[in-house]
Amino acid sequence: MSVELSGWGRYPVAATDLLQPASAQAAAAMVAGRTGAIARGNGRAYGDAAIGEETTVSLLGLGRMRAFDPATGWLTVEAGVTLAEIVAAFLPRGFFPAVVPGTQFVTVGGMIAADVHGKNHHRDGGFGDHVAALDLMLPDGTRLSCSREQNAELFHATIGGMGLTGYILAATIRLIPVETGWIRQRTLVAETVADTVRLLDAAQDATYSVAWIDGLARGAALGRSLVYLGEHATRAALGGAQVPYRFGPAAKAGPGVPFDLPALTLNRLSVAAFNEAYFRLGAAKAGPERLVGWRPYFFPLDGVADWNRIYGRNGFVQYQFVLPAARSADLLPDLLDRIAQRGSASFLAVLKRLGRGGGLLSFPFEGHTLALDMKMEPGLLAFLAECDRLVAAAGGRLYLAKDARQTRSTFEAGYPGLARFRDIRRRYGLEGRLASRLSRRIGL
Amino acid sequence: MKTVLVVGGTSDVGRAVALAYATAGWCVQLAGRDGPGLEREAADIATRTGMAVTTHRIDILDTDAFPAFADTLPALPDTVVSVVGLLGEQARAETDPVHATTVMRSNFEGPALLLGLFAERFLARGHGTLVGVSSVAGERGRASNYVYGAAKAGFTAFLSGLRNRVAKRGLHVVTVKPGFIRTRMTAGMKLPARLTAEPQAVGDAIFRAAETRPRDVIYVKPVWALVMAIIRALPETIFKRTKL
Repeated sequence: MSVELSGWGRYPVAATDLLQPASAQAAAAMVAGRTGAIARGNGRAYGDAAIGEETTVSLLGLGRMRAFDPATGWLTVEAGVTLAEIVAAFLPRGFFPAVVPGTQFVTVGGMIAADVHGKNHHRDGGFGDHVAALDLMLPDGTRLSCSREQNAELFHATIGGMGLTGYILAATIRLIPVETGWIRQRTLVAETVADTVRLLDAAQDATYSVAWIDGLARGAALGRSLVYLGEHATRAALGGAQVPYRFGPAAKAGPGVPFDLPALTLNRLSVAAFNEAYFRLGAAKAGPERLVGWRPYFFPLDGVADWNRIYGRNGFVQYQFVLPAARSADLLPDLLDRIAQRGSASFLAVLKRLGRGGGLLSFPFEGHTLALDMKMEPGLLAFLAECDRLVAAAGGRLYLAKDARQTRSTFEAGYPGLARFRDIRRRYGLEGRLASRLSRRIGL
Repeated sequence: MKTVLVVGGTSDVGRAVALAYATAGWCVQLAGRDGPGLEREAADIATRTGMAVTTHRIDILDTDAFPAFADTLPALPDTVVSVVGLLGEQARAETDPVHATTVMRSNFEGPALLLGLFAERFLARGHGTLVGVSSVAGERGRASNYVYGAAKAGFTAFLSGLRNRVAKRGLHVVTVKPGFIRTRMTAGMKLPARLTAEPQAVGDAIFRAAETRPRDVIYVKPVWALVMAIIRALPETIFKRTKL
């Protein structure tokens, strides 16, 4: 069945055959003989990473859990199980995933393929660092158990490997014990980008840290931000209001975005007004610690259904790069100033401190990562190409799970593990068999 | 701890029913034909809920084996839910009596005899709940699926009669008419969104009707009661000229 598919950013849109196996056995039968194929989870990669060059294999049908050991926290699930399902099943039993990205509507397979990071990357590494084993299927149907001991090379290439090393069918991942579903949050106000970087660097001991930057502020306020630090709250830390809801308040269905907003809704004025209000409200809460539920803390945008429609029918791209820690102080002000000057309608930019990377093509390394949304409009691609040059020259790289437009040369400059990755692909006979729009674009 | 037996446990609806019961703290006996498939669903339900789930092989066409099947269950369940069904192909059933027989036996004979057998054991014990998933297709025979519809009509009548017989003796019998459900059985069909339920909604509705707010006959989506009332009310002279 041929369909038009896009990623979460709704740019680009491409035609592909879509296969939807209901089990691992069915998947093996379906992919046999296919070329230019890639696995797809819940479609939350922003760009074209999960659109097959010819064929896209939805693994949402592989949605079964297999086993959980409460003594160790190891959970084995099929690749199509979503983070939301894991949290729903295990938070009430006192367990939370060791690493979570900014949305819970992602699959385990997708999180491994993108080696997603959370607000605790500086301390705990990426999602891939908490994977003990993988059940990987090669395009010819061969199934391999991969771990740090077994098929180790393939294991390290698969973490962050964007689905290009095989189909992840199942994985064993670590959950950590938590006493409650609440986070003790401290808010710090940073008046400049230098302050922001300094506060994040000083917070290496905090379990979670993240800065929300006002991407439109300029001049003296350039890079002003709210830095949020968080710790899992113990049972004893809960106040009277939270005690009946030990694992966080019940989910409320949030507002949705029922249709594509006309392009006018998002303009420099409305976004600037939003950012100003956001910054002031947040700054007013600075100082004393507050208890925040796990949903708004980890997954603030999940409450707004289909928020990707805010950017209109042409979609948007998310621009996320990481810069080496030593270069951030020089380069971030320049990049932020360009973005603010252009006035691209980005609500809030997110700045995080990253630690050491895990897999061969994993995005994170020791440094600072900035992520912001930009509405797709004329001139944007040229503008971002200019930003790419600065990032690449400084030894930075772009996040493949968010990417929809970087060039092959930007990619090659940023990922030194590429030669080994290509070599592994060649040796396992994966070239041509597994290919996405992303891999074709950047020559992966 | 209460126990539910779900027959047809590897279907989308069977899985949803089992999950609804396990989430509410019930032990689950999952029964069906496909051994590896049952193991996969059982592990899923046990992992998600922490409840005990056992698996049991049964072929709904092998009616002679039913007593042995019931005898080997680790415990007589408190509730039995049959979600077994086979849509089949109407066009094929019109000319292929073997296929027609399979459709009829899968939707009527097998499920009715199995629930009938558990009814006797429940009566001996003094309590129990029996849930049969039938179909709105059983309310009026239509050109597009009357072999399936006739079998479901038979099953609906059986459940109604069984209820009439055992209601005063501590047993609860529920007839479920789900309407369209988004499942593997209906994959690729164009289904009207307002009339189509997700499997989990069906599972939750069955749990409510059987355990928390007892009902005799439920449509999962209430709009179906209206739709079927209209379809039943059409005089035959008009109905026979429609394309349904």
